[in-house]
Amino acid sequence: MSSKTLKIALAGNPNSGKTTLFNALTGLKQKVGNYPGITVEKKTGKAILSEKVLAEIIDLPGTYSLFPKSMDEQVAQQTLCNNDNEDYPDVTVVIADATNLRRSIFLLTQIIDLNMEVVLALNMVDIATKKGILVNVDLLSEELGIQVVAINARKRKGIESLKEAIVNAIDEKPKKLFLDVSRIFKGVIEKVNEIRGVENNYASFLALCKQKLSGEVINRCALNQLCKKHEIIPERAQAKETVKRYKAIDKIILSTVKKGVPVGRYQLTKWVDDLLIHPILGYVVFLSILFLLFQAVFSWSAYPMELIDGLFTDLSIWTANAMPKGMLNDLVVNGILAGLGGIVIFVPQIAFLFAFIAFLEDTGYMARVSFITDKLLRGVGLNGRSIIPLLSGAACAVPAIMSARTISSWKERLITIMVTPLMSCSARLPVYTLIIAMIIPADDFLGFNLQGLVLMVFYLIGFVSAIGIAYLMKFIIKSKERSYYIMEMPSYKIPDWKTVIYAIIEKVKVFLFDAGKIIIAVSIVLWFLSSFAPGKKFEQIEQQWAGKVDAEMHIAADKLEASYAGIIGKTIEPAIKPLGFDWKIGISLITSFAAREVFVGTMSTIYSVGGDNIQSIQERLKNVKNQDTGEAFFTPAVGISLMLFYAFAMQCMSTLAIVYRETKHWKWPAIQFLYMGVLAYFSSFIAYQILS
Amino acid sequence: MKILADLSIGAKGEMLDISDNLLEQKLLEMGCTPGEQFEVVRKAPFGGPIAILISSYVLSIRKEDAMSIEVKLLENE
Repeated sequence: MSSKTLKIALAGNPNSGKTTLFNALTGLKQKVGNYPGITVEKKTGKAILSEKVLAEIIDLPGTYSLFPKSMDEQVAQQTLCNNDNEDYPDVTVVIADATNLRRSIFLLTQIIDLNMEVVLALNMVDIATKKGILVNVDLLSEELGIQVVAINARKRKGIESLKEAIVNAIDEKPKKLFLDVSRIFKGVIEKVNEIRGVENNYASFLALCKQKLSGEVINRCALNQLCKKHEIIPERAQAKETVKRYKAIDKIILSTVKKGVPVGRYQLTKWVDDLLIHPILGYVVFLSILFLLFQAVFSWSAYPMELIDGLFTDLSIWTANAMPKGMLNDLVVNGILAGLGGIVIFVPQIAFLFAFIAFLEDTGYMARVSFITDKLLRGVGLNGRSIIPLLSGAACAVPAIMSARTISSWKERLITIMVTPLMSCSARLPVYTLIIAMIIPADDFLGFNLQGLVLMVFYLIGFVSAIGIAYLMKFIIKSKERSYYIMEMPSYKIPDWKTVIYAIIEKVKVFLFDAGKIIIAVSIVLWFLSSFAPGKKFEQIEQQWAGKVDAEMHIAADKLEASYAGIIGKTIEPAIKPLGFDWKIGISLITSFAAREVFVGTMSTIYSVGGDNIQSIQERLKNVKNQDTGEAFFTPAVGISLMLFYAFAMQCMSTLAIVYRETKHWKWPAIQFLYMGVLAYFSSFIAYQILS
Repeated sequence: MKILADLSIGAKGEMLDISDNLLEQKLLEMGCTPGEQFEVVRKAPFGGPIAILISSYVLSIRKEDAMSIEVKLLENE
């Protein structure tokens, strides 16, 4: 017996429980990709509908109608309106929130009018009943002329009946049109059908309203003439049709929905909102939650990170001993394994951050956060939701940039992505601590530890520059999309743990597989640069030190100097001299590209300290003399200049890789690399020239 | 006739007309059709967005956008 794979599309409003239903139908058999050429995420999954029927389910972006206003909504519309689209569904499932039936079935009635096979999954009927909203499901099904199934996606109820209904809906067109547009615009729609050469009234109406139907070259000229002749203004026609459609919906609601008596805690949302949207307490609660989130990403993930670090160290040592000595051994251990370790180390931070975000989204709190911060952040080109990426950027920019996805305006999301790496991430901390301890005395200043104060100033510099650059970009980045803030404030819900766990798994997968590839490639290049030298330099160095005291340490230092990385360091020395840096720091700047904290290790190798203990490096560095003056090399001027450079420069390939992944264009990471580089260079230059 | 942005919390009204075309489209499809009743339920601090209860859900809109929404104030409550 042959089984066939159906294509099922899942459509519905945002917050209707679409993702939860998608998880319930597919389990972990999910794939996250992108639609070609755009940054909209494409989620698909496999489900078994019956013994013989397998289905590929595509989770369309949430939308309120087939008149798209954003890139996300456009994807949903184009998938449904064009039967040549590769994702065009055999059956569409529209999920609607029973507590809000009027608005949720608007999209459904449009899909019915496209004459598509469609099933309505009516979510949260039980909650609606508690709220006193009684829906007559059978009557609704009869009125709409399609199958209606009551489900509860969170409790995984009604899923089997829904699967059955989907199978029954194959090749079953709706029994009747919901609203016949050809009767509203008499004599026009038929003409559009003729022009398009397709017999579908509603699709023709959409074409008339200037909607782009993908894969179809529309004779715009003929349509314009038609509009002129019948005095139709497309925008007005669309508004007129929407109002008529709602009138028809209201009629159905009147007969199928009865108002009963609310039972239970219907007032809960209002109480909680009194606290969470309070002009003072609202911000206090929000800051406390942020503090907890920051703690989680910063400190709680330190333990699993140490564990991962330890595992990779052990694995490296084991591999180094198990494999025959030679170049391949070195490549595997110092190139591939080091790169792999550098990727996996981010997993705990990503997991913690997204656990929090999924939790806040799922409870309905994120909508409140936007509500109270929108005005404050919009002034600088950001969005209420930018606050989460910005502040988690203080732990690590990689998960922070991924979390910018909750921002629906592309321009505001892009600005958030572009400025988040300016926040002082945890990888800058070892660099700051090393330098501060060298150049700042451990004195008290107004009762505070001076070193701590300087560290705080550098965190502030990061935050202030992020806000400032965002403000500039607001004027530079052009956007065709109009920035809207029209949002439903969902009622509070107890989070669905499965949704939270799925969100974590999804984000970790995206990071490991999408950004991971780029990071491994760059690691190998960096390994090559620091492990090879032109000609026979390395052999000469080995012979020169053979049998001498501390030979290994000196060989490592000299080899790094002779390597391609060393050559680059010396080549850029004239460029970085005005900042107070020499070629040794130059090499560290290059190797830091793997991750900023590599600075410490490189400095230790190049000054042949042996080991990467911070205290011993500090001692060693303090004694380094300036070759021109004979004074200490690490003056406060050099130290401040170096810290400023690390504060601003984009020295993190993982961040660049994730920016590429999120923007789907090399242009943005390139611009980011350049503007941050320019900022770093000039601020270091100015600081050094003034201080020295 | 009143402007939605000017109403205070607790005020009840009826949607009339939205003068901004794009905004009108977006709000219409979210159920803010002429004649639909609503109540102002929240206002964010510092002149931030306002939230209205309409068609049994809470919708938040920026104050600037609410300037172009004409409403009729219902006095009877």
